[in-house]
Amino acid sequence: MKKILLALIGLAVVASLAVTAVRRSDAGPKPIESLRQAYRTKGRPSVDHALFAQLKGPFAKPQLVTAACISCHNGRHTEVMASSHWNWERIEYVEGQGIRAIGKKNVLNNFCIGVAGSQQSCDKCHAGYGWADGTFDFTDPMNVDCLACHDNGGTYAKKTAGAGMPEPGLDLALVAQKVGRPQRANCGNCHFFGGGGNNVKHGDLEMAQFETTRDVDVHMGIDGADMACVDCHTAEKHQMLGKAYSLSSMNRNRVTCDRCHGAVPHEDDLLNQHGYKVACQTCHIPEYAKVNATKMRWDWSTAGKLKDGQPYEEEDGQGNHAYMSIKGTFTWKRNVQPEYVWFGGTASHHLLGEQFDASRPLVLNPLHGEYDEPEAKIVPVKVHRAKQIYDTKNRTLIQPKLYSASPGDGGYWGEFDWNKAAAAGMKEVGLPYSGSYAFAETEMNWPLNHMVAPKEKSVSCEECHAREGGRLASVKGFYLPGRDRSKLLDGLGTLLVLGTLAGVVVHGGARFWFWRRRQGGK
Amino acid sequence: MTREYVYPAFGRFWHWTQSFLILFLAVTGFEIHGSLRFFGYEQAVRFHNGAAMAFLVLIVFAIFWHFTTDEWRQYVPTWENVRAQAEYYLFGIFQDAPHPTRKTKLRKLNPLQKIVYAGLKLFVLPLVWISGLLYMFYRYPQKYEVLALDVSALQPIALAHTVGAFALLCFLVAHLYLTTTGHTLTSNLKAMVTGWEELEEEPHAAAPTPTQAATEAAPKGH
Repeated sequence: MKKILLALIGLAVVASLAVTAVRRSDAGPKPIESLRQAYRTKGRPSVDHALFAQLKGPFAKPQLVTAACISCHNGRHTEVMASSHWNWERIEYVEGQGIRAIGKKNVLNNFCIGVAGSQQSCDKCHAGYGWADGTFDFTDPMNVDCLACHDNGGTYAKKTAGAGMPEPGLDLALVAQKVGRPQRANCGNCHFFGGGGNNVKHGDLEMAQFETTRDVDVHMGIDGADMACVDCHTAEKHQMLGKAYSLSSMNRNRVTCDRCHGAVPHEDDLLNQHGYKVACQTCHIPEYAKVNATKMRWDWSTAGKLKDGQPYEEEDGQGNHAYMSIKGTFTWKRNVQPEYVWFGGTASHHLLGEQFDASRPLVLNPLHGEYDEPEAKIVPVKVHRAKQIYDTKNRTLIQPKLYSASPGDGGYWGEFDWNKAAAAGMKEVGLPYSGSYAFAETEMNWPLNHMVAPKEKSVSCEECHAREGGRLASVKGFYLPGRDRSKLLDGLGTLLVLGTLAGVVVHGGARFWFWRRRQGGK
Repeated sequence: MTREYVYPAFGRFWHWTQSFLILFLAVTGFEIHGSLRFFGYEQAVRFHNGAAMAFLVLIVFAIFWHFTTDEWRQYVPTWENVRAQAEYYLFGIFQDAPHPTRKTKLRKLNPLQKIVYAGLKLFVLPLVWISGLLYMFYRYPQKYEVLALDVSALQPIALAHTVGAFALLCFLVAHLYLTTTGHTLTSNLKAMVTGWEELEEEPHAAAPTPTQAATEAAPKGH
């Protein structure tokens, strides 16, 4: 008896030790209400720039505004000139490639393919003035465009195909007098329109977010937190936090949800545990392109059709471009369910000049990650698929020259001749072109981080824990309860249960039969 | 016909609570497994975890009870009369032969039951409990402050749990049927409700005392 009691006490001690061992030591999550409070108070500028004599103007050219800015904010230009917004280049370690210069200047995408040869047009979104070709001087501080990011008056605009110069005729003094902390409009003017139109690239960043509801985006919604981009993408000396894996490869400088929400944001521990292997975005971004459609597919191979010698455009039923002579055929989608992949925070990049096998789709920025990696989580991505031009002999992707500034310069959008565009573009990047081209299937991954839905709309359990057709149906390498099972084990188990049932029926039937016979015999 | 008090109160409480818990765990468990839809996945998980905790608490009390009352001795398997019991189920039962072993409070299980129940208590239930606890407290590898349970994959845990579930389901089917093989179709069921069981008449005039019955190997019929 004593022994039994002692054993039981021992068992209780072991059990409580076991519970202590698996208990986490996290501090509680930051209450969401304190976050709401914190972002409800909008900061106000400490000075009124309209009162500064330096900004009275008039300014004959935008570089003079920059000079005026630097005259007070001395040295700040050096910070901008060290940033990606200026250099469009990042020195990063790319797995399998070593340390390489990637970034917007060097990496190909499967939208407008690449900047080289088309700077005049693409560099509308450069945070500088006059980057029209390969000769741009990246060391001249006067070419830094302060206004694109700091105009709070909403009057500043850059000229289309103007190499980053402002619209002619703008009252630059007025713009300069209303500068301040970047607003959604400043960032969105470029980041919402990447790829040549609204929501073409990201899918979760588009012009609706200039002014939207929390239903679309809890953070940016004006009836929600009404946050500016820079509330999360904070900057230190003009170096912005966050980057896109379309352009970078390393696991650094990322904006993460837990910076504000903590590592264990739910009251329910069962949900918190999901965070070990599932990114917040996976459940909280159930769909993207919630207001306007995003481009899902871009087929360059059909470009170049002309009507009466002139390029033309066609629209789909929703008012999106379905065909453009200069760009080819597009497929757009609204309210898109993401695709899901394991992602540990690093990506590789297909670099210009690399050979590839065109018989299967080429992934331009493979995201790395698998279940076993401690850092890897399941993340939602937009996958953009395209057919783009490549060199069939050299087996490399081609950087075509698209924008045409003057007749005969080879720009595809002026001459509609792929051979000339390929030759001109490849010459610009210093790579050979064999003279024969075709179109290859390519894919690009765009991890989704915006358009976070209100919690009531987050992904429900059944949407992933489903035997068939769940959101994670194609995410492999782990056992997902509700989805996975051993077919052999389930088969044997079912057989065993049915066998037992059959045995019971036979045995019971026999008992009944013998009982009837005995009754009859009496 | 005689009546004997076979199942004491706590034993009956334990049995019925456990049976409902196991049924409930089976329904919610197979929903989590993806075999059926009833509560919805989220509720199924919460109910399953809750019922599992209740089951564990019950088990702690049951273990305590078994040891303090020496009831555990009832489950010590024996080869004695196994053959007679098997022959009874295979042949005698159809001819209305008497049960080969006599049920008493101190020997509520027949030799086949002893083997099956011992197997259940030593292997199947621990398999389900241990795999279930690992399933519940399983943490992903080397992440955050996880200190103790460093298991690299859920799959073996889940499969072991599934094995246990199927074994229990088979037991349930056979067990429910075998309740009809008492003195009458319902005498076993009634006994588990009231504690009192109707038993066959002792063929001998002098009924053995309970202690004798417990120690006496009593092959009947064959």
